[in-house]
Amino acid sequence: MTKPTIDALAKVGDLPLGFTAKPGSTMDFKTGDWRSVRPILDREKCIHCAFCYYYCPDGVYKDMYDGKDDATKYFQADYDYCKGCGICAQECPKKAITMTLEEV
Amino acid sequence: MAKRIGMEVSLAVAEAVKLANTDVIAAYPITPQTHIVEHLSELVADGELDAAYIPVESEHSAMSSCIGSSAAGARTFTATSSQGLALMNEMIYIAPVLRVPIVLAIANRALSAPINIWNDHSDIMSVRDAGWVSVFAENGQEALDLTLISFRVAEDPEVSLPISMNIDGFTLSHFIEPILIPDQAEVDKYLPPFKPNLKLDIKDPISIGLLGAPECYTEARKATDNILWQSKNHVVKAFDEFNKVFGRQYHVVETYRHEDADTIMLMMGSIAETAMTAVDEMRDNGQKVGLVRIRLWRPFPEEELLASLSKAKHLAIIDRHAILGCSSGPVGLEVKSLLYNSNLKPNASNYIVGLGGRDVTRDDFKYIFEKASSGQVQTRCEFVGVYE
Repeated sequence: MTKPTIDALAKVGDLPLGFTAKPGSTMDFKTGDWRSVRPILDREKCIHCAFCYYYCPDGVYKDMYDGKDDATKYFQADYDYCKGCGICAQECPKKAITMTLEEV
Repeated sequence: MAKRIGMEVSLAVAEAVKLANTDVIAAYPITPQTHIVEHLSELVADGELDAAYIPVESEHSAMSSCIGSSAAGARTFTATSSQGLALMNEMIYIAPVLRVPIVLAIANRALSAPINIWNDHSDIMSVRDAGWVSVFAENGQEALDLTLISFRVAEDPEVSLPISMNIDGFTLSHFIEPILIPDQAEVDKYLPPFKPNLKLDIKDPISIGLLGAPECYTEARKATDNILWQSKNHVVKAFDEFNKVFGRQYHVVETYRHEDADTIMLMMGSIAETAMTAVDEMRDNGQKVGLVRIRLWRPFPEEELLASLSKAKHLAIIDRHAILGCSSGPVGLEVKSLLYNSNLKPNASNYIVGLGGRDVTRDDFKYIFEKASSGQVQTRCEFVGVYE
């Protein structure tokens, strides 16, 4: 039997009752394709303050620091889910993030 | 044993909601539905009904609360009329696709403008496409019985849909009639506790009310359409089970003296009581006239209607709502559409009566019979008795 899920091209009979979803179902989709601009980090300017991490409304920033190497002290946006809202670039105190037009 | 007592029909509906052990009532008062929820608020305040009564600030909130409470697994009821139903509209369209069982009693009243508090079917017809199961009661006993049946149908695990139980405002809702009030034990036998198919539960969370992109919106609508059509069998089953417990048998389409009738008058709601008297009087004069009444409006009972019309030469379809700028009222449109795809070809005309509480009399039915039985077909609906 097909797993009941609200998926593109799911058949009528395969939809979950009441058009519902279990938590975490967004993991099955890449929702970042809405994005028209992407945040690009200048690691030279980054002070690892975590403003981008805390301000991101979609929680796509990940702390890359491995606990040893200072070169890993930065945060990276997950482009599979980043919608390109630009809040990280606006809030970055060092203006280390630039919103760059996505090439089609 | 059930007791037969004189009771206002609105209060009888409220008593049925109490007998159903309803958990949540979220409602806003509006004429002519007010007595239903007013009486329920008394029953809750007096401790006769152990339910949460949510006095919301609008009908939009009433239906929103009902969707939430049903999704949380509570047996849920509300009632409204006219502008109240119009204000609910957005949420009315949401409930069926979310498959939340809700019983909504509508004391049918005309929509503005002009402002009018009296009875016709314009309110329910404004939401006829929303995906609700929809039934029309003819008299007080039926209003009480259909309220109980509505809970059973809506909460049937194979249906799980909201249902509207329609009673004509004032001409039915405010009449005092002799009504058999069933025993609690009988109702408990008929109506088991609500066991929801799907339920908001912190331990097993789900998300309800999701976005449906172009890739799946059509499928979600079709899934709801499929279940609504399938619900007819469950309505019939609920009618039959009701008869086993209470001894009153209902059908999705009712007929009266139609077997040998050349002319059939077809209608919904309480005017059929007057129409039956008119039929009797015309029969006494040797006129071969009969009556067909639609009790189940959604899903539309196609087979039963065709069976009831199989011998009719002339058909008068009577509507209590006019679709402005359209050739027929809603019942007229659907019945004619059904006939077009069948091998039945009676002379069918559509008559609009009783708008905004205008009396519908035996003479009106006799006039309609004379017009219809002449065999002349009117392509556009006739507003019976309009002064122009």
